[in-house]
Amino acid sequence: MSPSGAELLRQVKSRIQEVDPAEVNELIGEGVTIVDVRGSEEFATGHLPGAKSVPRGHLEARIEGAAPDRSAELILYCQSGARSAYAARTLQEDLGYEHVRSMTGGITLWKDRGYEVDVPRALSAEQRDRYSRHLLIPEIGAEGQQKLLDAKVLLLGAGGLGSPTALYLAAAGVGTLGIVDDDVVDLSNLQRQVIHSTQRIGIPKVDSAEESIHALNPDVNVVKYQTRVDASNIMEIIEGYDVIVDGVDNFPTRYLLNDATVRLRIPVVSASILGFDGQLSVFKPYEGPCYRCLFREPPPAELAPSCGANGVLGVLPGTMGLLQATEVVKLILGIGDPAIGRLLLYDALGATLTEVKVHRDPQCPICSRDPHDITDDEMGVFPDYEAFCAAAG
Amino acid sequence: MATIKIPPVLRASVGGEKEVGASGADVGEVLRDLAVSHPATASQLFSAEGELNRYVNVYLNDEDVRVLDGLATKVGDSDTLVILPAMAGGCR
Repeated sequence: MSPSGAELLRQVKSRIQEVDPAEVNELIGEGVTIVDVRGSEEFATGHLPGAKSVPRGHLEARIEGAAPDRSAELILYCQSGARSAYAARTLQEDLGYEHVRSMTGGITLWKDRGYEVDVPRALSAEQRDRYSRHLLIPEIGAEGQQKLLDAKVLLLGAGGLGSPTALYLAAAGVGTLGIVDDDVVDLSNLQRQVIHSTQRIGIPKVDSAEESIHALNPDVNVVKYQTRVDASNIMEIIEGYDVIVDGVDNFPTRYLLNDATVRLRIPVVSASILGFDGQLSVFKPYEGPCYRCLFREPPPAELAPSCGANGVLGVLPGTMGLLQATEVVKLILGIGDPAIGRLLLYDALGATLTEVKVHRDPQCPICSRDPHDITDDEMGVFPDYEAFCAAAG
Repeated sequence: MATIKIPPVLRASVGGEKEVGASGADVGEVLRDLAVSHPATASQLFSAEGELNRYVNVYLNDEDVRVLDGLATKVGDSDTLVILPAMAGGCR
């Protein structure tokens, strides 16, 4: 005779290990993976601190994303301890997890005992639909999506690099996008600057970009700065942003941006392009090298041609801009290995991506010092600065 | 003979090649051999005093020679030197 539901649960519980909420409470924050096997809507109403969501219906397919190491300690829970018991049996008997336990009494008993519950701010039904592919990834989920929605990213330039970066960050739900650009849309931009359009030739790039961003995702708050950054306005513009995307077209602004972001400890995702070649690195002040550690001084103007003068493959800023967007998302979410201390070199013609190491320079004129000691007058200055700017016109 | 990867801004000085071979026991010798074979690179790599220009980074394989022994860093035949000046282009 087939067992009743209650009998089956008793049998399953006799074959798995259970753990009391008191012990789980001691393990919070100790590196033990805790997985909530309830449905994603139940998870959104409140969960154990740091728990990952893997609904039981997707357990076999998604558990490896949340718990890749089968020999590591793993705790499952649900509402009352039944679903997590079945899930524990599956992981133990079918998938070979060696140290999996189910929390007795589920989150109901956890709450009765008065332990802490994280209640994520709820995404709206539309947001859950819009960002559903993010919510499915354990590394992002509702919590990560909320981080993206709360994030403030500043794009320096709405040109070749800024166009794809802005579009994809907007699509990903980065809540605030600041855009600095004093230019207007020109026909010659449209070979690569995909955020603009033929109908918008002649209008300011910040307005054109805002229109495309809002058409794609009305969640995004666009802050427009129709200006060029210089020493007089940079600190005011960049303060309060979480990450800055550097796609500027000249060295003085790159050095200025570096010095200001080191002072304010804001990470910069930097890329540059020319012809068929691109470079990318992430400069996170005081955790890795800064732009000056990598390039102590700019080359003379004749060795620093611009895309305007030498041309660029239209697709290339798309490639490099999207690598930048990816690094921005990683920094916001705190996942993966951002390109800190590494310079990625992309050769489009050769279809190769290589990297070289970048070290902090102990003699760096900027980041070897306390940020409070860096003065306004020093920002953006490098040897022969006046001559460089005169030669560059 | 070591391989030198040539950055876009220097390719015109080496006949358009992306990679060229050069001989020498250390980084300085290899770069000077390059400058002899392709004289147009000399002023771009070296200052009038014969020092490597400060705006040029050189990597032995993936490591910055500044954290190795600079121009005195030993180079083997199977090694690759990467010459890398800064690029500013963001494209407006």
